[in-house]
Amino acid sequence: MAEAILSVRPRTSDPLPGFRLALFSTLLWVGLIVALPLTALVVRPWQEGLGAMTMALHDGRMFAALRVSFVTAFIAALINVPVGLLLTWTLVRVRLPGRRIVDALIDLPFAIPTAVTGITLATLYGPQGWLGKPLAHLGINIAYSTAGIVVALMFVGLPFIVRSVEPVLRGLPPEQEEAAGLLGASSWQTVWRVVLPSLLPATVSGFGLAFARGIGEYGSVIFIAGNQPFRTEIAPLLVVVRLQEFDYAGATSIAFLLLVASMLCLAGVAMLRRRVARGLISGVN
Amino acid sequence: MSAFTRWSLVIATWLIVAVVLILPPLLVLSEALRDGLPTALQSLADPDAISAIRLTVEMTVLSVVINTVFGVLAAWLISKYRFPFRGVLVALIEIPISVSPVVAGLVWLLLFGSQGWWGAALDHYNIHIAFAPAGILLATLFVTFPYVTRTILPLMEQQGRDAEDAATLLGASFWQILWRVTLPDARWALLSGILLTTARAMGEFGAVSVVSGHIPGMTETMPLHIETLYNGYQSVAAFSMAALLAIMAMTTVGFRAFFENRARRATLAGDAGS
Amino acid sequence: MLPDVHSALSRRALLLGGLACAGSATFLRGTSALAATTLLNVSYDPTRELYRGINAAFSENWKDSSGSSVTVRTSNGGSGAQARSVLEGAPADVVSLGLARDIDMLAQKGLVAADWQKRLPHNSTPFTSTIVFLVRKGNPKAIHDWTDLVRGDVQVVTPNPKTSGGARWNYLAAWGWALHQKGGTDASARAYLQALFQHVPVLDAGARGATNSFVQRGLGDVLIAWENEALLAAHELGPDRFDIIVPSLSVLAEPPVALVDHNARTHGTTTVAQNYLEFLYTPRAQDIAATHYFRPTDSTVARVHAALFPKVKTFDIASLGGWAAVQKRHFAAGGIFDQIYTQHG
Repeated sequence: MAEAILSVRPRTSDPLPGFRLALFSTLLWVGLIVALPLTALVVRPWQEGLGAMTMALHDGRMFAALRVSFVTAFIAALINVPVGLLLTWTLVRVRLPGRRIVDALIDLPFAIPTAVTGITLATLYGPQGWLGKPLAHLGINIAYSTAGIVVALMFVGLPFIVRSVEPVLRGLPPEQEEAAGLLGASSWQTVWRVVLPSLLPATVSGFGLAFARGIGEYGSVIFIAGNQPFRTEIAPLLVVVRLQEFDYAGATSIAFLLLVASMLCLAGVAMLRRRVARGLISGVN
Repeated sequence: MSAFTRWSLVIATWLIVAVVLILPPLLVLSEALRDGLPTALQSLADPDAISAIRLTVEMTVLSVVINTVFGVLAAWLISKYRFPFRGVLVALIEIPISVSPVVAGLVWLLLFGSQGWWGAALDHYNIHIAFAPAGILLATLFVTFPYVTRTILPLMEQQGRDAEDAATLLGASFWQILWRVTLPDARWALLSGILLTTARAMGEFGAVSVVSGHIPGMTETMPLHIETLYNGYQSVAAFSMAALLAIMAMTTVGFRAFFENRARRATLAGDAGS
Repeated sequence: MLPDVHSALSRRALLLGGLACAGSATFLRGTSALAATTLLNVSYDPTRELYRGINAAFSENWKDSSGSSVTVRTSNGGSGAQARSVLEGAPADVVSLGLARDIDMLAQKGLVAADWQKRLPHNSTPFTSTIVFLVRKGNPKAIHDWTDLVRGDVQVVTPNPKTSGGARWNYLAAWGWALHQKGGTDASARAYLQALFQHVPVLDAGARGATNSFVQRGLGDVLIAWENEALLAAHELGPDRFDIIVPSLSVLAEPPVALVDHNARTHGTTTVAQNYLEFLYTPRAQDIAATHYFRPTDSTVARVHAALFPKVKTFDIASLGGWAAVQKRHFAAGGIFDQIYTQHG
């Protein structure tokens, strides 16, 4: 890549100094820290030979783990959509007592390290926990079940929705809603017909970010998940299990699929976002 | 909006915030202080705990310094020049954000583990990267890789390069332009990127866990030590460490919000003036 | 504000120099930390409390006898996973693992001397243990022996034999018991284990993880566990929450210790590491072991603490053909465990 760029060098006479230095340092940095290790991840599964790859692909436990990761990440992101929209709406459009506090708290899941989140949620929702105990009386078990994974992923995913939608909602003129109100629309119709469609692209993008994060999430989940193979074992945990079994081929195959999945997911979200943006809100902007 | 709607929205919001966002940090504090503050502080003075705190601080400082220097240069390159494969470069820099932390750790084992490409060769020279602090540093670098570039890039692209071109005509060198022309304008964004990198670096668990070897007193960072304590039934010590780490990370993020507000106000003031 | 630039060149040199220093400091840190006398004991899962006690006692003892100070660190995890982390480069001076096979693996790679098991008394096993059942208080599912584990709705917690030493002992205890039944054959033993693993909802990586699943997460009706781990849970985690059940036949579990010659030589810690291992056999260490529910090999100490340990009828690993044969047949890739567990899924 370096030679290609240097040989083409579009502005051979670019007077601004520093091109070479910046180019070389960036290529070195990106090469060593990102490109090299990812190359290893992409090449390694094929290096083990076709036998190892087919064996890995026939591993039912791996597919079960991938399914658990995908399904829980999807459900968590889906539940986060109404919750996140509600929070954003009150933050932006309602005179909310303690607005600044709520605004600061929204970023909490970003700030708290995942291991802390993990042990905290496991204790909170555990059989003896502040929330776990009353819920257990109602016959609801959150910790060490699929529900536990969803709760953890909802926690880490919530800021993605709010922070994606918030700037867009702020940018929407309230006059538009007032106009709809004057034209006789009920407040629900206004929300449903006028506001939500404009927020759709941002919501989809927030959903996609939360979903992609959820697929790969590890630290906040393993403490509260039951980690039972085929049921509550997430794909990143299976990577760790395979590594501990010294099964590099197995670990690498799952990691590779995980990487491809999250890339596809992000690319899909980007595409969907563009399409939604073109199709639905072309008139608004 | 009717008063009824407004109040239901307010109550619903505060209920969600209380259960989802306020209970967890309260629980951390209450578990840490269950046997009183002295016990909690004592557990943090344990040699393994001190070593974990030290390792976390070292790893954080190193990753922040390295990723800031290279991140600024990368942002400069991408924002000030047009060249082939520029899009590929931007995409490559973005990748680590969407990679599972576990995978971010695994890739280093594929290079430097005993079954990795170069693990055996390096072992021959007695250089250990996997299961040693060097591996932890590499994993942290990978995970926190994009933040500085991502935060300052939009601003630097918006700036264009008129000021820089003018400085070049006046005979300024590259470093002079970077320090005196480009960075002063981007300083709040840069600070915000650095603080974000710091918060992510000290809290990283999955990636570090895969390459660490979990040796208390040697290769355990604060998040890993929390796990060890938790699994060893030392709940008070685990939550004391968790409280300390959470406070460190939340302070960092809090500073960031403060500076971002400032930056926003500075931009608004600047726009109004011009 | 940003500082003035005096000389771009010197700034750049300073920057690069600083980075280089910082980088090399990290890379050298692992080695320099070991230069001060620090021993690393890479151990299996349920020895956390045990070695905390023994390490402190040894440091004291070493200070008295040699005048110099030593810090012993212990890392814990599933026995197999820990052996692999030493293979991966964890700088262990000594290992204390769940079973001999995991140390053999290190010997095969030349990290440990081939004759390691003959270098210390009792096949390099300072304390032994066995496998028992831990059940919920009052034994609500009426579990008394191995047959009860495969009954109807009973759920059994045991760790992953691929990563945990204790799990392999659990598996073999079940296998041996099935073989010793009237008309017991390899086929009937295999059928029993297959039935058993259908009752296992979770495979943790190590014995401590399994105990956590059973004790903290409330999973399962019975935990198959190291006797020391079961006694610890029963006495210290909830005296009124669990009961210990001793099956009619179990396995004599021998978790051995060894010097990691290659690493100790590199670190210059061979003497103190050797002393540490020998210290494990002294009455003082044996006594500490007994208080953490490991069975002492020193007969005098064993007699003092006899009341702690229930009477268990056991067979040993040699009667199954030794670890090399057992590992290959049961736990290697495609072995009996793999066949059983794949069918389970």
